[in-house]
Amino acid sequence: MATEQSTRTPATATGDTRIHNIGYRSYDGPRLGRSYARLSLYSQSLRGAYGLGRSVKSKVLPMLLFVVMCVPAAIMVAVAVATKAKDLPVDYTRYAIIMQAVISLYVASQAPQSVSRDLRFKTVPLYFSRPIETADYVRAKFAALASALFILTAAPLLVLYVGALLAKLDFTDQTKGFAQGLVSVALLSLLFAGLGLVIAAVTPRRGFGIAAVIAVLTISYGAVSTLQAIAEVQNSGDGIAWIGLFSPITLIDGVQSAFLGATSAFPGGVGPSTGEGVVYVLFTLGLIAACYGLLTRRYRKVGL
Amino acid sequence: MIATESLSKRFPRVTALDRLSVDVGPGVTGLVGANGAGKSTLIKILLGLSPATEGRAEVLGLDVATKGAAIRERVGYMPEHDCLPPDVSATEFVVHMARMSGLPPTAARERTADTLRHVGLYEERYRPIGGYSTGMKQRVKLAQALVHDPQLVFLDEPTNGLDPVGRDEMLGLIRRIHTDFGISVLVTSHLLGELERTCDHVVVVDGGKLLRSSSTTDFTQTTTTLAIEVTDTDEHPDGTRAVRDALHARGVTVEDGSGLPGAGHILLLTAQGEDTYDLVRDVIADLGLGLVRMEQRRHHIAEVFKDSDENSDRNNGEQRKEAVGHGN
Repeated sequence: MATEQSTRTPATATGDTRIHNIGYRSYDGPRLGRSYARLSLYSQSLRGAYGLGRSVKSKVLPMLLFVVMCVPAAIMVAVAVATKAKDLPVDYTRYAIIMQAVISLYVASQAPQSVSRDLRFKTVPLYFSRPIETADYVRAKFAALASALFILTAAPLLVLYVGALLAKLDFTDQTKGFAQGLVSVALLSLLFAGLGLVIAAVTPRRGFGIAAVIAVLTISYGAVSTLQAIAEVQNSGDGIAWIGLFSPITLIDGVQSAFLGATSAFPGGVGPSTGEGVVYVLFTLGLIAACYGLLTRRYRKVGL
Repeated sequence: MIATESLSKRFPRVTALDRLSVDVGPGVTGLVGANGAGKSTLIKILLGLSPATEGRAEVLGLDVATKGAAIRERVGYMPEHDCLPPDVSATEFVVHMARMSGLPPTAARERTADTLRHVGLYEERYRPIGGYSTGMKQRVKLAQALVHDPQLVFLDEPTNGLDPVGRDEMLGLIRRIHTDFGISVLVTSHLLGELERTCDHVVVVDGGKLLRSSSTTDFTQTTTTLAIEVTDTDEHPDGTRAVRDALHARGVTVEDGSGLPGAGHILLLTAQGEDTYDLVRDVIADLGLGLVRMEQRRHHIAEVFKDSDENSDRNNGEQRKEAVGHGN
């Protein structure tokens, strides 16, 4: 390598009065390594989830969904302030459940763009030929989509909270409700991000990915609520809670009605009992962990 | 730069690498082998992404089994297949890849601009990659492998899909990566003539085994074959034949270049030093013919393969095809 050193140093020190030096310059600066690369991938993916740093066209949908999420909250706040209501028309914990269609749409559109593109265009090997490893990639993508979802679901809650304080509603009550709401949407974000990414990671074509995510989220919810309605009619009240385990949104609903003081959207308004609630929490966390595990496994296979 | 010691990689049904021991020094090294000879598998192991079944390997003095991340920070990799998202510009993409290699944001931008210019992408680098030609895409792929100023790059089939002009440009670029940029190169190809022109050193693998490893000069200068083409005149309606007879008379064995383009008009003879050139010149001048060309036909690396093909059995070849499936 001795001879290479001389070719690598630009010939500026020789005293000739050249203005342009278009020779190759080597890089001696810092190399920030794995954790920096992971962080860069996280921020790039998070920005990408709102279309930032991408084409104008890809900004439209995420931004539109964000606005659609926030507008009802703003209206509720306006009404509450104007009518001097004693409470907000909707609980913090209920908001995401009501807006689930918008959230599903967001997951369906952004999960595939986050991972399917890399798979489809085989960009993944370029990542893995660099210092980052499978786990780094999966964590960065998972965290990015979960954060994007959290922003989407927490922003309207913030609107509600600020509005509630402006309307001079009870501070302790509102803060407690807001905190419970945040815990609930955090859990929801992790769960939806996990499910969305797993589905997207096995469907390299973006269109299929979108359809598959929507299908899984809506069909499971449709099936579960139908079965719950049937169970309600037949008076088998116990069944309702257990059936709720099988769709992501009812799962979150169950967790928050058991532990976060929410009123359940289950038929009859009866949420799971504390014992059942524990199962719900374990099931939710287990599902999130399973998604992470599946993603890691998937990417270990993709490799180069 | 690279050292492997009885490196083996076995998949459940195929052996992709079979006790491969090879040393690669600085410079441009060609890794030649037919499809499925184990080239891609070797690169994967050298990047520390796939554990070897047996044996050990070092890249830049780092063990691939334990120092994979450190190796990947210092080497670049250009894959054989397409790997570019169509909806971003070359600049954005390469900046992102530079950051993935650990370069701070400002450095990533500067290096991207420099590298894209060096590989020959100018104004078009702000346009989405989807509209690029194959040649431009290959340049972007090369740029992302070089952007973090590695000490060594692995280029997997960089001339794939390029037209002859693009191929020459790419080969020139590869040469410059070493001579101008000071980066060592390991380039794979199944086209042997290409590597002959570009590489300092050539490693030939076949069926996961090392067939030969030596410098390109060793490969090509053991014998020098001269190809001669002459014009016909009224006096000698078949000039080629006349030259052949005249050379025969002087005791030089001449073959006609059957199998080559322009067969029947080309004569091949083995040069024994300077004298042969003079002799040919004199003979043609005496006959009053015009010399269309007299060129050195270098002993082609292909001939190394010819020898090996005779030894390897068909069965082996079929197994190797499966290895490609695994290897990719």
